[in-house]
Amino acid sequence: MARQMTGAEMVVQALKDQGVEVVFGYPGGAVLPIYDAIFQQNDIRHILVRHEQGAIHMAEGYARSTGKVGVALVTSGPGATNAVTGLTDALLDSIPLVVLSGQVPTFMIGTDGFQEADTVGITRPCTKHNWLVKDTAKLSEVMHQAFHVAKSGRPGPVLIDIPKDVQFATADYTEMPAAKLSHYQPRTTGDAGLIARMVEMMETAERPLFYTGGGVINSGPKASQLLREFVAETGFPITSTLMGLGSYPASGQNWLGMLGMHGLYEANLAMHGCDLMLNIGARFDDRITGRIPDFSPMSRKVHVDIDPSSINKVIHVDVGIIGDVAEVLAEALRQWRARGSKVNREGLAKWWAQINEWRAVKCLTYKNSDKVIKPQYALERLEALTKGMDRYITTEVGQHQMWAAQFLGFEDPNRWMTSGGLGTMGYGLPASIGVQIAHPKSLVINVAGEASWLMNMQEMGTAMQFRTPVKQFILNNERLGMVRQWQELLHGERYSQSWSESLPDFVKLAEAFGCKGIKCDDPKDLDDAIMEMIRYDGPVIFDCLVEKHENCFPMIPSGKPHNEMLLGDADTQGVIGAKGAVLV
Amino acid sequence: MNALNIKKGSTSHSAYELRDPNAPIIESHTLAVVVDNESGVLARVIGLFSGRGYNIESLTVAETDHASHRSRITIVTTGTPQVIEHIKSLLERMVPVHEVHDLTVEGPAVQRELALLKVAGRGEHRIEALRLAEIFRANVVDSTLESFVFEMTGTPTKIDAFADLMRPLGLVEIARTGVAALARGV
Repeated sequence: MARQMTGAEMVVQALKDQGVEVVFGYPGGAVLPIYDAIFQQNDIRHILVRHEQGAIHMAEGYARSTGKVGVALVTSGPGATNAVTGLTDALLDSIPLVVLSGQVPTFMIGTDGFQEADTVGITRPCTKHNWLVKDTAKLSEVMHQAFHVAKSGRPGPVLIDIPKDVQFATADYTEMPAAKLSHYQPRTTGDAGLIARMVEMMETAERPLFYTGGGVINSGPKASQLLREFVAETGFPITSTLMGLGSYPASGQNWLGMLGMHGLYEANLAMHGCDLMLNIGARFDDRITGRIPDFSPMSRKVHVDIDPSSINKVIHVDVGIIGDVAEVLAEALRQWRARGSKVNREGLAKWWAQINEWRAVKCLTYKNSDKVIKPQYALERLEALTKGMDRYITTEVGQHQMWAAQFLGFEDPNRWMTSGGLGTMGYGLPASIGVQIAHPKSLVINVAGEASWLMNMQEMGTAMQFRTPVKQFILNNERLGMVRQWQELLHGERYSQSWSESLPDFVKLAEAFGCKGIKCDDPKDLDDAIMEMIRYDGPVIFDCLVEKHENCFPMIPSGKPHNEMLLGDADTQGVIGAKGAVLV
Repeated sequence: MNALNIKKGSTSHSAYELRDPNAPIIESHTLAVVVDNESGVLARVIGLFSGRGYNIESLTVAETDHASHRSRITIVTTGTPQVIEHIKSLLERMVPVHEVHDLTVEGPAVQRELALLKVAGRGEHRIEALRLAEIFRANVVDSTLESFVFEMTGTPTKIDAFADLMRPLGLVEIARTGVAALARGV
């Protein structure tokens, strides 16, 4: 017997049926019926944000740290347009989200009604799919489809736009098993023949390299486990993109560190010099490839990706395997073991000798100081003092983000939340709250820069209201550090608008929000201050005043190949030509 | 290539790699895309092209299966082989898309387009226009003492040729449907 209910009740019922526990949202006129339905139940917790962008980033942090679908609820018009940045962020980083937006009643659509916006039109290019539901009878089925689409294949954000009259009207609820999950069933099993070719290449390669990405993490813990087994048994070196950190442990002996524009010397030179590149769930992003014609010129390339449109998009590969990372790795490992677990031991030994020479360069070396806190030192101490703890890290975007990726070690997947593809300043604070909601007992630290952090600082109110003890570790150089670095390197040190003027007193700001503020500007006091932050039972804003003009190295200058990267105190005069300057 | 009767760019189905991956060959491909006939589906498909700066030479769309709410979109697009492959995989991953066929690669296909051409003129021009219309098997669907509207069906190149001939004879306006295409055989 079909259950009759209003559209608003359907929304709540479908969320319950999908196992949703938390919704991040902000009410408004066009979603009042849904908020009324939320009020009358206790199964789903609602986290009231301070800005809709915050809601989406919280849902992202929640999703990324749990592997579940994140859910956000916003009103029509400005509620929906404020969600756009978050949706784009989730699309580029493949984070599964279901975002529900209110809409003016169906009979008012197109009349420029109050708080009306063409939400499905605006969000079409920044969602994996979206729906405008004009009939309550179809609402529950669309809800179930939305969850299916968000998490199937390459995950991503979806949006359902629900006019207010559809929320009020009554219809039959479609139970989850009865919902038609359409034909949308992306392929997850890799072609066995292509996997066999990959395995054959692995047996003979002299200089092989695993290049892994966020796809390993999106594929689930099993994928990380299989990757670790494969690396251990083959003895191949492994590097990862920013998004893939944690899928292989930073303490693992085959770990070369992150690669890319600010990646490690050994990782980038290994990419340039390898003869077999095994791309597992990464997408040859421009931060990774540098100059395309010079990208890893001597290697044969294998690309495993669940999204067929990623294969041969940027870099032509020799073997493109469409499938889920865990399934492909399981099959590859099975075939490789069945054929006798062979590798080219002689070649591999030489390769490791070469890699160890590169490692000996110690590219992360920096000049420390006993007078001023170097940002690298701050992160080294944060790493040392929190190592082994049940720890989650989020970041904002800029120099601090790259330093965090270089100096913090991740032993497990889902522990590192950062805006990689879109590079959204203001991501980290709300994301840390989303993570903390999912893991109330864990230590959640947002490594931030003062400029990024200010972009969504209103969410400290959310952190206080919901008692999420998130630690805001702000590396404050009173500069837009990455912008300043680029202006130094390629705009003749003309620092146009790249300093943070009129900054708030972060300690007083913390007090104004009702949480704890800590300020530290002396390297000698840093350890105690960090411990004070960790021990405090509640949100902390940590104002860590650091060296103002530190540059982030190593760096591949834009328009250059991997083997022309800059190390620490290198001469940076004129390294970026006119062609490189037009790139970002 | 012609002697072997292998189509330009047909690498995914031929035994040999015939094209230089570095050469910027621009190819024209006809894609048939079967989609759910839901609101916004055409905007989604067009957005995929416009958002990336890809070309649409011609586009037709209409519901082809009322019972299952399916529409067929026929797109003629141009680009390098890499771009064409990318367009196809981007189309394939869209949620409302059921099938994507590259009719240029998948084997022989018939392509037809319908055009209406208004030609105005008197005397010799008028007679010449009518004579050429007969040769091209165009029908007169409207006539006044000083104008004709011709209807013709054919490949886009045939319509181009006819339009070129009509231009000096007083072509006033032309409306074209864009290409509809089906693979030959079963």
